[in-house]
Amino acid sequence: MAAPHVSMRGVTRVFPTQKGALHALGPVDLDLRKGEFFAVVGPSGCGKSTLLEMIAGLAPPSAGTVEFEGRAIGSDVPDGVGVVFQENACFPWLNVADNITFGLRRLPVAKDEVARRLDYALGLMGLRDFAAAYPAQLSGGMRQRVCIARTLVTQPRLILLDEPFGALDQQTRLLMGDELLNLWRATGATVLLITHALDEAAMLADRVAVMSSRPGCILEIIETGWSADRDSRIVSDPAFGAVTGKLWGLLRDQSLNALGPAA
Amino acid sequence: MKAPLALIVLLLLLLWQGVHMLAGPDALAPPLQTIAYLGAQLPTPEFQAHILATGSAFALAVAIAIAGGLAIGLATGLSQTATEVVEPLLLAGNSIPKIALYPIVLLLFGIGMPAKVAFGAIHGVIPVAIFTMSACRNIAPVLLKSAAVMRLSRLDRIGSILLPAALPEIVTGLRMGFSLTLIGTVLGEMFGAQSGLGYLLMTAIGLQNTQVIMAVTLLLVVFAAGVSTALLAYERRLRSRT
Ligand SMILES: Nc1ncnc2c1ncn2[C@@H]1O[C@H](COP(=O)(O)OP(=O)(O)O)[C@@H](O)[C@H]1O
Ligand SMILES: [Mg+2]
Repeated sequence: MAAPHVSMRGVTRVFPTQKGALHALGPVDLDLRKGEFFAVVGPSGCGKSTLLEMIAGLAPPSAGTVEFEGRAIGSDVPDGVGVVFQENACFPWLNVADNITFGLRRLPVAKDEVARRLDYALGLMGLRDFAAAYPAQLSGGMRQRVCIARTLVTQPRLILLDEPFGALDQQTRLLMGDELLNLWRATGATVLLITHALDEAAMLADRVAVMSSRPGCILEIIETGWSADRDSRIVSDPAFGAVTGKLWGLLRDQSLNALGPAA
Repeated sequence: MKAPLALIVLLLLLLWQGVHMLAGPDALAPPLQTIAYLGAQLPTPEFQAHILATGSAFALAVAIAIAGGLAIGLATGLSQTATEVVEPLLLAGNSIPKIALYPIVLLLFGIGMPAKVAFGAIHGVIPVAIFTMSACRNIAPVLLKSAAVMRLSRLDRIGSILLPAALPEIVTGLRMGFSLTLIGTVLGEMFGAQSGLGYLLMTAIGLQNTQVIMAVTLLLVVFAAGVSTALLAYERRLRSRT
């Protein structure tokens, strides 16, 4: 079997707080295969964002190791990793085109190649008419597409997405899901998608990890078995119902836990 | 925007004329006469020498206040610990009436250009520093995380993320710093100089020359209001994007 693209061993995260140590996550052991679409679902507050930040190299684990392409992640974000955050991360002082090429212009990429990738990303994300607009003039969904475009133009080998469609309505989420699948097929990148939406995870991913309530641990990893050319129409497939049902079966108790003893 | 501004100016002129008529010509020269007098004075070498004295002192003071304020604000705003130490100092320094420091400034610099510049600069440096520091603290963490993901160097991060993100609030500080530095410079000239508009005002008060007093005041008001309005417009344009 090929070496994993990302490998986590005994990864734990404890936050020091005024009320003492807060055990947010772990221990987690997780391997991501190169080129797979991997989703993580779990109740809110279970440590999903914390997990993503440690894979990205934005925050160090309290214990355990994270490796990307066989190398331990230090205190910097490794080359080849792109992140789409949950919050709006557009730079408000730059227009859409400058936002998208911000990271790209800092890489050793020729000018005409920058222009070519910008054009491709604008087209893919449906932003062609808004290249000169500023983020404040865009809807939340369009801003998130700017952030996705900004990540994809640098052609990362590992794309991490933290609840990227959280702010969108259901129809837009399904369509954005299709675009994400196209992107994944076009780039061959490894994708890690964090979401609280079971259907989103079930529809998009090759494998879905279900996390327990805090401190988040991986309860089970489910293989969806979809073909690589799937799209959002899979939601009408009976097998889709079976996958979401299985996910919900695992998550129900955890979500009740996360709600607290009153529930 | 244009129409109300003209209206405000007209109202102020009418108010001025009204006060002049109530208080009499010994207290306040009338607007038209003042404008005509100012127009006649502006081309004279003596008046221009005073403007140049104030202008150069102010330019230097404002440059020092902005550079110093930005440096202090950035250096402290970038670190949690530095903020906790320096913020109370800045706030305390802000509340000191600067005029109380005037004797010390005179002792240090003597009468003349350096004293005016120093007095102007100590008025402006603290607001610029406070606004810059708070602007740095208020930057959304996700923007800094994005910079980390794009593997920006420290310098690039400051120049391409921190400064532009903080700019709207920094411009507010610059606007405050500008007005206060102007006040400080002219005040400095009133007591510790032998040239400049502040000095001219002081001698005119001694001679009860209301025409000179009103002409110099008008010039200062037009300059201060003009620059302040332009900075405010710039600030609004920046803020409309956030
Ligand atoms: N910087 C921090 N300091 C203290 N506690 C934190 C910090 N970041 C996150 N937490 C806590 O860790 C837990 C997991 O957070 P997070 O990873 O954001 O959860 P999720 O993304 O799954 O909703 C939460 O209880 C949160 O309050
Ligand atoms: Mg989260």
